[in-house]
Amino acid sequence: MNLPLKNISDLQTLRHLLQKSRNKNKPCITICAGTGCQATGASEVVEEFRKEIHHQSLKERVEVRATGCHGFCERGPLLVLRPEMICYTHVETKDVRRIIQETVLGGKVIEDLLYQHPETEERIIHEYDIPFYKFQQRLVFGANGEIDPASIEDYIATGGYQALEKVLTEMKPEEVIETIKRAGLRGRGGGGFPTGAKWEACRKAKGKEKFVICNADEGDPGAYMDRSLLEGNPHSVIEGMLIGAYAIGSEEGYVYVRNEYPLALTHLGIAIEAAKKYGFLGKNILGSPFNFILKINRGGGAFVCGESTALMASLEGRVGEPRAKYIHTVEHGLWDQPTNLNNVETWANVPIIINRGADWYRSIGTETSKGTKIFSLVGKINHTGLVEVPMGITLREIVYQIGGGIPKGKRFKAIQTGGPSGGCLPENLLDLPVDFDRLQEAGSMMGSGGMIVMDEDNCMVDMARYFVKFLQEESCGKCTPCREGLQQMGEILNRICEGRGKEEDIELLQDLSWVMVDTSLCGLGMTAPNPVLSTLRYFKDEYEAHIQEKKCPAKFCIELISLSIDPEKCTGCGACLRVCPVEAITGEKKKVHQLDGEKCVKCRACYEACKFDAVSIQ
Amino acid sequence: MPVDLQAVCEIIERHGHQKASLIGILQDIQTRMNYLPRKALVQVSKSLDIPLTTIYEVATFYKAFTLEPKGRHTIQVCLGTACHVRGGARVLNYLENRLGIRCGGTTKDLAFTLESVNCLGACALGPILVIDKKYYGKINPNKIDPILEKYQNSKLIDSMESSF
Repeated sequence: MNLPLKNISDLQTLRHLLQKSRNKNKPCITICAGTGCQATGASEVVEEFRKEIHHQSLKERVEVRATGCHGFCERGPLLVLRPEMICYTHVETKDVRRIIQETVLGGKVIEDLLYQHPETEERIIHEYDIPFYKFQQRLVFGANGEIDPASIEDYIATGGYQALEKVLTEMKPEEVIETIKRAGLRGRGGGGFPTGAKWEACRKAKGKEKFVICNADEGDPGAYMDRSLLEGNPHSVIEGMLIGAYAIGSEEGYVYVRNEYPLALTHLGIAIEAAKKYGFLGKNILGSPFNFILKINRGGGAFVCGESTALMASLEGRVGEPRAKYIHTVEHGLWDQPTNLNNVETWANVPIIINRGADWYRSIGTETSKGTKIFSLVGKINHTGLVEVPMGITLREIVYQIGGGIPKGKRFKAIQTGGPSGGCLPENLLDLPVDFDRLQEAGSMMGSGGMIVMDEDNCMVDMARYFVKFLQEESCGKCTPCREGLQQMGEILNRICEGRGKEEDIELLQDLSWVMVDTSLCGLGMTAPNPVLSTLRYFKDEYEAHIQEKKCPAKFCIELISLSIDPEKCTGCGACLRVCPVEAITGEKKKVHQLDGEKCVKCRACYEACKFDAVSIQ
Repeated sequence: MPVDLQAVCEIIERHGHQKASLIGILQDIQTRMNYLPRKALVQVSKSLDIPLTTIYEVATFYKAFTLEPKGRHTIQVCLGTACHVRGGARVLNYLENRLGIRCGGTTKDLAFTLESVNCLGACALGPILVIDKKYYGKINPNKIDPILEKYQNSKLIDSMESSF
């Protein structure tokens, strides 16, 4: 095939050739090589497989493919043997040889590598039967486990760039916008603004040139779906942006990626180069009059740059400070030109809608929120990972069916959604259907899709303090309500957590919150009080315990706890003494040890080290 | 320590002498030199005709930049929400006491710089500690000393290797 592809039929021929040359029944070992699994040794496992396959001259019979994130990070490194979809968890290099011998060549399943349910202890063979996957609907995220993100041919062979093909041959820009509007797609980055309406406004705006931007400055702590999409399926984002640019009338785009995501940057870079080579980026794309180029910009580590106007300032090489909202970026955005910004997941939804139609897409989800949403389910949960579910699913289904419940038999206390500006929802709201509006009504928000589960050992006042401290550090300082409000809130929460809280503090926190909501310049300040307001709404008793009784019910806040050694249980083994960073523990071997409360910094190292439960927290 | 201004000029050149690429230029200088030396910033100011105050404004606004030299090893403690609920702050607290420095500081022997980061997106492994890009997952204060020892001794190994 001659590259670049000169027209649509070139692309169709290439796809046909690729599909024909691939044997669907040939065993393919797909290994998750996303950041999470790499941190637990996935790269070494891939290397070992390649070496072993080479040694045994099995290249013709077996394929090894390093893919993007499969989502089930808790059990990584993950391996799926296709086409049977046998799933192995916690795979190590020492398992490689027997996987090839026993499963790939021998057709036998290795029991001890299978997923085991934390409660029933049942072992499950196929990926699609594991509860974590079974209750998901992986429209956007599904291809991640199937394709090599560095291979544009993998993407094309599985139907990639088909939506672009359709748009360029059959649809006028206005029709594309109409389809996205009809589908009811709303921005996945947090705002939930209707995507089609945004595109339409940008198309109608007057300007010398127009820009499209992909916001991949995923700053919400505990959310990493955008990174995993860019790492695992970068072409789906590029294709979405191409379609958006065509609809809006833009010839230049930017992807603004967090610098802390090196693998995403690498894979996106490879994908853009390949797209240029194949003729999906550049002039006269696939023989049409449509031109488009795409550039990558790395973020500088500022949370506020996730805000659209701050991001655009940063793209221009300036300090990332937001500006007032009444000047719309769709009219005056980057370099003062009409600019359309969407986040990674939103862009990745676009090709799916074009391929399968607005009506099909509308059939998924709730009245006001259509389609699926990817959440990162993290914290005190058995199955940590990325889950893609239809809008409208309940929190309980996510936490218990997919997430497998709370570890160590602890009790669920709260789930925090929406990132630092989201809210904490209590147990009695577990049956809440998850969509943009219902979350907002409950005092939280969708945000970019972080879901952090907390158990009885987490203190809700401390959580509010944590988020306020986070936002205080990330506030750009431009407007007073956000800058000073967060500072004051932080001080009040600090003193409550340290046992110096005053009776009137709760009311003061509420007053401050409403001032910030009403008067801050950008979304960061306006939503910053959410963690405080939602914990006050649902967990007021914990605030009162801190203020009135000077007690932290969860035994979390350092200033309100003390550690001691129970002389009855201490065996004098010395484990605690060795780990104490400040030499607060003394005692001779085999004799009861003493803990000096004055020196103790309450790091709990001794508590974790003691095998006899002799260290207790009061 | 002398600052390689030639390298600074090359980086500026690679970014096409564009004022809009200031952040990218600073990122590349930092990657190469481990921090942003004043002399390098003065050079950027001259080459791009951007006031030095503006460069300092950008360099101090973004978290990715540091104006002080860093230690040989950088320890990052993740304080993302998932790590926080699993005790990330305790890990940081322990390290601060063990190394005798505050978060953001560097030990006197320039062995370690201690930093916190907001989520590395490897939440299943939380609390996470990253030393020079190597991940250590499911950390508690108890597991830290043996890890630190590896890096403390690495200085010795480095000097031994170079003497051969």
